[in-house]
Amino acid sequence: MPSAVSFGAIYVPNFILQAIGRSEPELRTRPLAIIDGPPPTYQVVALNRLAQILGVMHGMTKAAVGQFAQVTIRPRCRVREEAAHSALLDVAWSITPRVEDAAPDTLLIDISGLTSLLGDQEAIARQIASRASTFGMNVHVAISANVETARIVSRALPGPTIVPEGEERRFLETLRVSMLSPSLELSEVFERWGVTTCKALASLPVLSLSECVGQEGVRLHEIASGKGMRPLLLAEPAQHFEEWFELDEAVDDLESLSFLLGRLLGQLSARLSARALSIAAIQVNFELQPAFDNAFDTSRDLLRVRPSPRTFSCSLELPVPTRDAKLLLKLLRLRLQSRPPGAPIQKIQMTAQPSLSRVTQGSLFIPTAPDPDKLELTIARIASVVGEGNVGSPKLLDSHRPDAFHMDNFSIAAVDRSASGSTTKCSTKTSAQNSSEKNLQKEPVPQIALHVFRPPVPARVRMERNNPVFASFQGCCGKVIHASGPWRTSGHWWEERPWQEDAWDLEIQFSAESSTTHGFYRFSYDRLLNKWFVRGVYD
Amino acid sequence: MLSRSNALRLHVESALAGRVSSPFRFQEPQPITASAGIAAVDQLAGGLPRGCLTEVFGELSSGMTSLLQSALAARTANAEVCALVDAQDSFDPGWAQSAGVSLHQLLWVRCRNLDQALRSVDLLLHGGGFSLVAVDLSAAPARLVRQVPLSFWFRLRRTVENTSTILLVLSRESSAKTCASLVLRMEREAARWSLQDGQYPSGDFHTPGSLLDGWTTTAEIIRSTARRKNVFVIGSAKAFDSSAAETVRFDLQSNHFLPGDSAGSNRLLPSQQDHLENERTQNFG
Repeated sequence: MPSAVSFGAIYVPNFILQAIGRSEPELRTRPLAIIDGPPPTYQVVALNRLAQILGVMHGMTKAAVGQFAQVTIRPRCRVREEAAHSALLDVAWSITPRVEDAAPDTLLIDISGLTSLLGDQEAIARQIASRASTFGMNVHVAISANVETARIVSRALPGPTIVPEGEERRFLETLRVSMLSPSLELSEVFERWGVTTCKALASLPVLSLSECVGQEGVRLHEIASGKGMRPLLLAEPAQHFEEWFELDEAVDDLESLSFLLGRLLGQLSARLSARALSIAAIQVNFELQPAFDNAFDTSRDLLRVRPSPRTFSCSLELPVPTRDAKLLLKLLRLRLQSRPPGAPIQKIQMTAQPSLSRVTQGSLFIPTAPDPDKLELTIARIASVVGEGNVGSPKLLDSHRPDAFHMDNFSIAAVDRSASGSTTKCSTKTSAQNSSEKNLQKEPVPQIALHVFRPPVPARVRMERNNPVFASFQGCCGKVIHASGPWRTSGHWWEERPWQEDAWDLEIQFSAESSTTHGFYRFSYDRLLNKWFVRGVYD
Repeated sequence: MLSRSNALRLHVESALAGRVSSPFRFQEPQPITASAGIAAVDQLAGGLPRGCLTEVFGELSSGMTSLLQSALAARTANAEVCALVDAQDSFDPGWAQSAGVSLHQLLWVRCRNLDQALRSVDLLLHGGGFSLVAVDLSAAPARLVRQVPLSFWFRLRRTVENTSTILLVLSRESSAKTCASLVLRMEREAARWSLQDGQYPSGDFHTPGSLLDGWTTTAEIIRSTARRKNVFVIGSAKAFDSSAAETVRFDLQSNHFLPGDSAGSNRLLPSQQDHLENERTQNFG
């Protein structure tokens, strides 16, 4: 009877290379060598098959590799390796919550009980490989009832490999002992003994092995025999989603930057999608090219202390979480167009704040509203035309000061909440209440609106016996026919900016030279400044 | 050939007589309308047509902004989302709220010039989803608004066609002309003050007891595509009666006497109301 327990191992071959290729896919089709080490003694630590064919070898110096004109040389990038490792973890967590972070290039997962969800073991293995490829990585997947067997087979054999239960030893016997990752001392001992394969190691007597090399030898013997069982050390699902990109040459135009940002957004979006999450906010930090004028500053202080790199930040808060990378790219472009970095960019760090996806259910009785994603883009485009802070929803302040309000972000979520609240209130009224309200309700008389002048227009008013008789502003002048006031208001006397105003409603008959003949205006007299202003016109 | 087609036509009309009137007359579907918030205007024009461009023009203090405010109040009271493109940043949210506009359902675009306003309305209409998109050009210089080409208004009209969006344009002069499905002209009549001439004991025109109560406005239909077509729809022939009124008068009231919360409204403070009452009592016994 097949065991209910089943483990999988995901291994990324040539991980250093794949971490680079993940963010620069075009390098996969070219000979590529990755160098690392303290300058100037750079050495090749990873290379692809095309570079191998040309004659590049591990350990070659940078100067030697430079002789091969077709080979692209890239420095090792640990931040990209971290991002690739995080992406690999997201792939694993999208399959099962039981994941062990065994190594930067290896993950172990428990796939017990997934057959009803994803199919048989082969289907699970193909699914894992497919999801990893969407993240830009080619992986080896091995599935076995024994976790250590799965781990070793994934490192040794390419593609999805299923190890049937009971045949673990057979799969391992041809593999080299070095695949078991023995310590340096033990490796030398095995070499002296002529134990080069797992088959040879598994055939050694356990008791004698224990006496000669200790418990480590016994552990390796168990693994080589296909019997090494241990529980997984489960990793906590991370809530941190970050992608990096470091440029060899700084970028200063928006088009090239958009291409890179789009790629990073796509990767983040794919990672969050794998975890059934959406992006609630994006934070992008740019490391800018150092200013050239410091290059020749040889003051002692500057030489002693390395100047910290200049940074520029750009953040995007979304009213509704989304996974649409194209929408996010458009919003970022609009933001950067309105506030450019001001210097070429050398490094990009993008962090996404995850959030649960928004679930909405259409209602039959609530009128349709703008699509939240399209609305956000429309508002961003309008903001680039009229300026940030000039588009949104007005919110009144708790003050008697005229024109006291501030601009709030316009949010469909707030509109939805108020709409559902109003329909709820309506539905709870009884029919008797409704009919009695209808009897009491009269047809409302429409209100006059005030057309405000921002800022208030300075005016000159001639007073006679404390009554305004003549007014002039904006090149117009006229006689005051009717006046109502003064209506005194004041406030904020406890703050730095108190105000005291006398409000007047004036009906003005303009002179023949004016463009308008007649109008109703709201004037105010500022008693602190001793000046007249026109606040607006009734219309 | 013609006589055969005429004979066929007569045959079909006689066969359908009593069931379908004028089967060969093309009837364009009538636009759905929404209330403008003012009963008189709804009765005059049938409401603001959806998927069409409506233009309202008039002089300063003719009541255009009041009509806009009432329309916004009516739409937001129906839980609809509205947008206002304010060409000269002249919208007063405090007065609008006291008139019944739900501010959180209103997207307000504060522009500095006509170019920003036109670009913003274009973006809003292409974004879509709004029940009412209002463009207030009444404070923009008339000579600049006159320079907006007719093709621009035509393009806006085409953008809202087949949508449920009401596009409402306010200006000092008629700009959209034939691109608008409904054109209204507003004109103010006499204002109403609480104390009229002859009521001032001192002979002055002013006393603190006098308040602007409001004024009467006339709205006139200059153009209406719904009225122009001489079509008849069974059951609603009255809506297309060619003898229907072309003008209507209605009152606009100042908000001095409306109750409401104190935040941001321009209503009288309690001390001012007491002062007003005392003045009236002293002056007139």
